[in-house]
Amino acid sequence: MTNHTVKAFDEELGALTHKVNEMGGIAEAMLVEAVDALVKGDKVKAESVVRRDKSLDVLQQEIEDMAIVLIAKRQPMAQDLRHVMGTVRIAGDIERIGDLFKNIGKRVRATDATMVGNRTLSGIQNMSRMVQEQLKMVLDSFSQNRPDLAREVWLHDGEIDALHNSLFRELLTYMMEDPRAITYCAHLLFIAKNIERVGDHATNIAETVHLIETGEPLTGPRPKADETHYTKGKAE
Amino acid sequence: MQNLALETVAPVVESVPVPKITAKDVNVHYGEKHAIKDVSVDIPAKGVMSFIGPSGCGKSTFLRCINRMNDTIPICRVTGDLRIDGRDIYEPGLDPVLLRARVGMVFQKPNPFPKSIYENVAYGPRLHGLASNKVEMDELVEWALRRAGLFEEVKDRLKDSGTSLSGGQQQRLCIARAISVRPEVILMDEPCSALDPIATAKIEELIDELRANFTIVIVTHSMQQAARVSQRTAFFHLGKVIEEGVTDQIFMNPRHELTRNYITGRFG
Repeated sequence: MTNHTVKAFDEELGALTHKVNEMGGIAEAMLVEAVDALVKGDKVKAESVVRRDKSLDVLQQEIEDMAIVLIAKRQPMAQDLRHVMGTVRIAGDIERIGDLFKNIGKRVRATDATMVGNRTLSGIQNMSRMVQEQLKMVLDSFSQNRPDLAREVWLHDGEIDALHNSLFRELLTYMMEDPRAITYCAHLLFIAKNIERVGDHATNIAETVHLIETGEPLTGPRPKADETHYTKGKAE
Repeated sequence: MQNLALETVAPVVESVPVPKITAKDVNVHYGEKHAIKDVSVDIPAKGVMSFIGPSGCGKSTFLRCINRMNDTIPICRVTGDLRIDGRDIYEPGLDPVLLRARVGMVFQKPNPFPKSIYENVAYGPRLHGLASNKVEMDELVEWALRRAGLFEEVKDRLKDSGTSLSGGQQQRLCIARAISVRPEVILMDEPCSALDPIATAKIEELIDELRANFTIVIVTHSMQQAARVSQRTAFFHLGKVIEEGVTDQIFMNPRHELTRNYITGRFG
């Protein structure tokens, strides 16, 4: 892509991209930290995740303000306009992702209960690794202007949904087996759901990146596998 | 930039629903200079089409072909097929004066006649015998001034000179003059480039009203203006139409790299 005749325009667009990348980096680190805090029951780490969310809120606000000034000053057209609107949307998605990680941190901070021999923790770790990969790939697709990577992310969200389904069933079984585990398992249910929803935000970002780069929405069949709302308890 | 292909991309909507003007392989030479190269474009009836492109790309030259304004330039030669309602604009039997009554024009700089406001508007209808008496002429002048959104501002001073008006008012007077002979097509060559933002907004509002009854073709250097007022846009570059299509698509997702570079301000 050739540069704009007005160099400051390029710099302003670059600054927007830079801030979104910064938000993405923070969100990725929060995911690792949140799951680590969960697995180790580390409340200090959990507290740190909760605190870091604030910086995402600040960055998102800065991106919105910069985008508004840029639109007013430059009246961007075509891919420039898509880029500006896209960064605002992506910043919104990352801000929501931050809220979901913050919620995980709060849950780890709040609960003292643990369960010995609970295999769901490793399931959650697996799922978080998949989400981490999706998040990394979609952020790369944005910073490297690669709609092909965005499509990859968009196509693979179904795997996260499938893993979430199996975690959900597993946690139900634990709760039925031992009612003392209900509090802890309920937290884990929410934590798993939060991570699954981060995957959904990653696909939103993938759709936005594709639109920015090509001007066309992502279309075609997409595997969707969140079936937890159909799952019935065995006691029924 | 120089290496980018100059091939025209086909429009997304293959054909214009009801074309008022059709151009096929139109070429214009000014002496040795080949100013317009194989331009083919359909201009829809009752709507606004804008021509955009860098200076010297041929958009004004092509606009002037539509009402044979280029006839007055001896070294100018127009070839190809250019039709209005299916009739050849360059057919030998066609009187350019009558053509220009059907295809009016508004220029970059307001150019009212050094006559009264009333006479500026009445001049054309009188020439073409469109009013048989004073009452009819008064009605026609009022109609044209009203359509141009100027009547209320000048109704008490119709005898004042047209040149005594402000720039924006003069331009609206020129539009009133253009529509007074009830043309079917109005060509506008950068009609707002000499006007302030308020006068520009008034002209744009006027264009939006007029498009219900007239076919309007506007040449503009303001991309935002083209995006605001037109339903179709053609991008000219080095005498060719590079891309043509629905305005929203051209400005949100142009398909040719030259169009993209031009409208996003990446032109060297």
